[in-house]
Amino acid sequence: MSVLPAGEALIGGLIEACRAVITANADHLSELDRAIGDGDHGTNMRRGCEAVYAERDRLARLPLPKALEEIGLTLVMSVGGAAGPLYGTLLMEIGRRMAGTAQADFSQALEHAIEAVARRGRASAGDKTLLDVLYPVHAEVVRRAGLMGIAEQAERSAGLTFGMKAMRGRAAFLGERSIGHVDPGAKSCALLTTAICRFLKEQGPA
Amino acid sequence: MTLKSANVGIVIVSHSPLVAEGAADMVRQMVGDCVPLAWSGGNAEGGLGTHPAGILAAIERAWSDAGVAVFVDLGGAETNSEMAIELLGKPRSGRVVICDAPLVEGAVIAAAEASGGAALARVVATAEELSP
Repeated sequence: MSVLPAGEALIGGLIEACRAVITANADHLSELDRAIGDGDHGTNMRRGCEAVYAERDRLARLPLPKALEEIGLTLVMSVGGAAGPLYGTLLMEIGRRMAGTAQADFSQALEHAIEAVARRGRASAGDKTLLDVLYPVHAEVVRRAGLMGIAEQAERSAGLTFGMKAMRGRAAFLGERSIGHVDPGAKSCALLTTAICRFLKEQGPA
Repeated sequence: MTLKSANVGIVIVSHSPLVAEGAADMVRQMVGDCVPLAWSGGNAEGGLGTHPAGILAAIERAWSDAGVAVFVDLGGAETNSEMAIELLGKPRSGRVVICDAPLVEGAVIAAAEASGGAALARVVATAEELSP
């Protein structure tokens, strides 16, 4: 993950891969959200991905850090709910941090961005949010687990939110009743992580 | 003679457009129109929810150099308001405060305080006294 394929193909491909996985799973994400939230996570994420997709040609011509920052801003403006600011903060902060360092270190940028997401949502590990996928994913990136290792960890971690009691977001109002459902934010995060890892793997050794 | 500075602005953010508009209407009727006031309610498609672009626009409408006090209902409204304030950029973002106060009561009492020309910190403190 330290050496990424560069250029328009990378950014355009990532945008398409993310849009495809969200489109295919939008109904499922909304279903998960209906159980413990307000039922619109899939719809919101799909709207965000479409907004980014509509801009893909322009975004693909930008340097990667700048593209990530602008994709984040587009998600903030289009997704709505709590997911917009959370995913938006994640991407904007990764972009800003990667732009700010001469030798772009993805792992450090990711760590910094995840902390920004935690602050934005005032959430911690175990609160049944997308952080419960992001933290383990970062740990895998740090130990250079390989793309498929990262993807598997993301899916496993999303599954683990099933047993957690929600402490943040609308699901927190449900208290104990939030236990027994996979968190929709954790699920979308795992789906996106897997889609990104698969795409990067298909790109072959960079 | 000194020029009277603008009063602190009030922004109301609710998941429901009806709640946001109704609360703003209540503020207007009880306090009058000497306080800049705006609301944002619902998501970008008009359904229940909040969105940063709408909140940002409301802050712009209620902008006062004396600052803006923002009132929110549920969690997402607060997150999106924080995002909107960040998007406002410095230095203006430093003059916007999200109040830890009930939406309707907070907005009314803050507006009453603001209408007397109180500073932002005073307006916020008065509203936050309502919180247990």
